[in-house]
Amino acid sequence: MAEKKLAIIATKGSLDWAYPPFILASTAAALGYDTQIFFTFYGLVLLKKKLNLQVTSLGNPAMPMPMPVPVIMQTMPGMQAMMSSMMKNKMKKKGVASIDELRELSLEAEVKMVACQMTVDLFEFDTNDFIDGIEYGGAATFFEFAGESDVCLYI
Amino acid sequence: MAAFDQELDASGLNCPLPILRAKKALNGMETAQTLRVIATDPGSVKDFDAFAKQTGNELVESTEEGGKYLFFIKKK
Repeated sequence: MAEKKLAIIATKGSLDWAYPPFILASTAAALGYDTQIFFTFYGLVLLKKKLNLQVTSLGNPAMPMPMPVPVIMQTMPGMQAMMSSMMKNKMKKKGVASIDELRELSLEAEVKMVACQMTVDLFEFDTNDFIDGIEYGGAATFFEFAGESDVCLYI
Repeated sequence: MAAFDQELDASGLNCPLPILRAKKALNGMETAQTLRVIATDPGSVKDFDAFAKQTGNELVESTEEGGKYLFFIKKK
């Protein structure tokens, strides 16, 4: 059987949305898939050496809360940091890998990571802040791989 | 209980870590050697079955013992 291919577009940069691309990419690689993730717009922050991913309940009524908090309270300064830290603690307690760990495992498994050059320019990101071993490219670069993929996900 | 050459304790770890760690352990083993994985994640039962089917490594045994799941995987 020829090697299967998985192409992922990662567009979101919050803590919760950072999980699907890295969980699927690392697992696919373990299953023998040739895997590539294209990071664009807010997804680009997932490539930063120093991750500071946050989660927010604002605009997300489905987020489980330990106790009901009125939306007006959720907008208070410090609430996002508190929720993010609570979420990270809970994940650690439940044996859920950190994003750093999943990203490291993905790189070890030779998942190819491509940063969207246009977004890097748009947001004036410093490429020195990004991890090593990634490539920079555009839409055509993505299709070069995605066009031959067996599974293609937009996250 | 089946014999094994190497053991991986993935207790307390959640999806997809038991699979990723098992894959890593298998990479360092020889063909036909057996890896025993201990896991506590209930989802790992189906996942190790799927892992074996897709990678060609044989899931020789999959059992539960006092809340722990034991998998014996023979490297392809």
